[in-house]
Amino acid sequence: MTVTSQIVNLQEEYLALYNQNEAHLLNGAPDRMNELRQEAIGHFERLGIPSNKVEEYRYTNLQPFFKGTLSIGFSNEQLGVKLGDIFQCDVPELESYPVFLVNGWYSFQNVKDFGLPEGVIMGSIAEIGKKHPELLEKYYGTAANMDRDGLIAMNTAFAQDGLFLYVPKGVVVDKAIQIVNIMTGDVDRLAFQRNLVIMEENSQARIMVCEHTLSPNKYVINSVTEVIACENAVCDIYNVQNQHNLTTQVASTFIRQKAYSNVVTNNLTLHAGVARNNVVVTMEEEHCESHIYGLYLTDKNQHVDNFSFVDHAKPDCLSTELFKGVLDDRATGAFAGRVLVRKDAQRTNAYQTNKNLLLTEDAKINSKPQLEIYADDVKCSHGATVGQLDDAAMFYLRSRGVSEAEARILLMYAFAYEVIEKIRVEPLREQIRGLVEKRFRGELDKCDSCVVCGQLGNSLTCL
Amino acid sequence: MLVIKDLHAKIEDKEILRGINLTVKPGEIHAIMGPNGSGKSTLSAVLAGNDKFEVTEGEVSFNGKKLLELPPEDRSREGLFLSFQYPVEIPGVSMVNFMRTAVNEHRKYKGEEALSASDFLKKMRDKKKLVEIDSKLTNRSVNEGFSGGEKKKNEIFQMAMLEPTLSILDETDSGLDIDALRIVANGVNKLKTENNATILITHYQRLLDYIVPDYVHVLYKGRIVKSAGKELALELEEKGYDWIKKEFED
Repeated sequence: MTVTSQIVNLQEEYLALYNQNEAHLLNGAPDRMNELRQEAIGHFERLGIPSNKVEEYRYTNLQPFFKGTLSIGFSNEQLGVKLGDIFQCDVPELESYPVFLVNGWYSFQNVKDFGLPEGVIMGSIAEIGKKHPELLEKYYGTAANMDRDGLIAMNTAFAQDGLFLYVPKGVVVDKAIQIVNIMTGDVDRLAFQRNLVIMEENSQARIMVCEHTLSPNKYVINSVTEVIACENAVCDIYNVQNQHNLTTQVASTFIRQKAYSNVVTNNLTLHAGVARNNVVVTMEEEHCESHIYGLYLTDKNQHVDNFSFVDHAKPDCLSTELFKGVLDDRATGAFAGRVLVRKDAQRTNAYQTNKNLLLTEDAKINSKPQLEIYADDVKCSHGATVGQLDDAAMFYLRSRGVSEAEARILLMYAFAYEVIEKIRVEPLREQIRGLVEKRFRGELDKCDSCVVCGQLGNSLTCL
Repeated sequence: MLVIKDLHAKIEDKEILRGINLTVKPGEIHAIMGPNGSGKSTLSAVLAGNDKFEVTEGEVSFNGKKLLELPPEDRSREGLFLSFQYPVEIPGVSMVNFMRTAVNEHRKYKGEEALSASDFLKKMRDKKKLVEIDSKLTNRSVNEGFSGGEKKKNEIFQMAMLEPTLSILDETDSGLDIDALRIVANGVNKLKTENNATILITHYQRLLDYIVPDYVHVLYKGRIVKSAGKELALELEEKGYDWIKKEFED
């Protein structure tokens, strides 16, 4: 069932919405998810939707975007969307296990027998959570801290579904897992999605998330992903955001890392209205490695805010961060990277870089490194730059007969490529290269078939 | 081919070129020599269209066109090539992509079809052989991490790809070891025909042992103060620039 509410005063109405629909929320969700709701709504009541008065959201006031007339689905309705009509995941080089979620709900349509490696469990968190309550009991809600951020509390209170992935000890998932998130329907919509990824000892998986909007409505998405990387696990998560300008997306990824685990996250924001990406990594044991990357390409009035927090709680861990942005027109952006090296986390290596290219005088970026170091034997660095296209390189290219417009595209691409090169899945890297170049040429039409996941065109989505 | 008349140019408020006159005909090789700061590199930058310099007086005609009115890309498409003294490193732009874009923009300008991928690669292969450049270099980003010699070889490779009618080699010999110098000079000589012309800008006579000029000009304080045959280069090598300075001290 779908409930439509008018939201003016935020907390008050969201609380009422929760109270009115608590029965629906509890109905059908796994026990562990339900157990946390009361506490979560309490935190939400206290914290609310962050405005720019909240330090960590200083450059992104989300309150206006959570207001208005919004519909929320309280059950898995699928909205009559026939995925077979919309999607053809036929990019041949991109061999993957495709999974679809519509408006935050796991889609049971078109579910093929994946032939996943033995022991791997993948599917709807609502469904699997009931079959394997012990897994949720042990991990759900253990990474996403809900008492500091109102949006995490809100997600924990409202979320009913999302993707669940469990990779058992020693198993390597050969092909990439491709999660296609679709927002669609003819009403303005608010969605909560909650994903849980459990990587047992020595396991490996690569996850690609493609975010799409299929109809020209306003969408607000508050999604939370928890990742638990156990000892020696290797996990890559690539998030490709390609959404229309009416979309507000808050995507929070919380990662708990155990000894010798190696995790890569890469948020590639190619197109979005307002995007806020949170990446929170906690190094709970020694010798973890975490690489946090981001690329944001914005124009018009778009706004992208990347926030990262790496908690070096134990010694001998490595974190590298690289975020790069190209901002055109009146686009705005923010980057804040907090690195905490705790007292006993000796021999920590933590490197952070944020580089921005501003193409106009009106484009704007706020960059804020925030290092807190309490150990004395560490190597940490941070750097932030804001610049324009390099005149010398521009002249060099033009002196060879390359037009000014083409030279700009080559140089913008050159700026972005450093982040693209970090993608460890070769076919995806190729696809992203092409996609980014199209974006710079102004040819990335969301009506086009998406090269990453084969989304077919829909003229209505041209916004 | 190239006629420069009374060319004046300044950067900020400093006048660097103070009335250059020079005529270059097809098939000729001109060497422009001169002490540091005499305006040699400024002349090449102005001809290539670097907008850091402001032309205050004079005109330049190139194959009948008013060169100074063209943007840098059109000067290149009209057949002008500048080998940079300090080639720019552009990480992230591959040599292949760069050259394909440049070659095809030249072709488009002339109303020709773009080269097919295989024809382009064949052209790359042929020209690489001609200028003895290592394949590894052309598989990398433009000049990124290249040694000084590799960068200069890469300039000559680009020249071979674009087949200009007038090449200006700005201090192509500076910082080159003798082997790299030989390779670069060989490349230039192989590309020489009776229809194209070369301007060598250099500080030393050394390059002129390999590429023999028809004319040698001495640039001093923004003017060409002496022009003669190749023997002038040897004289300069022997006596240095002091006697010229003395002769033309303002």
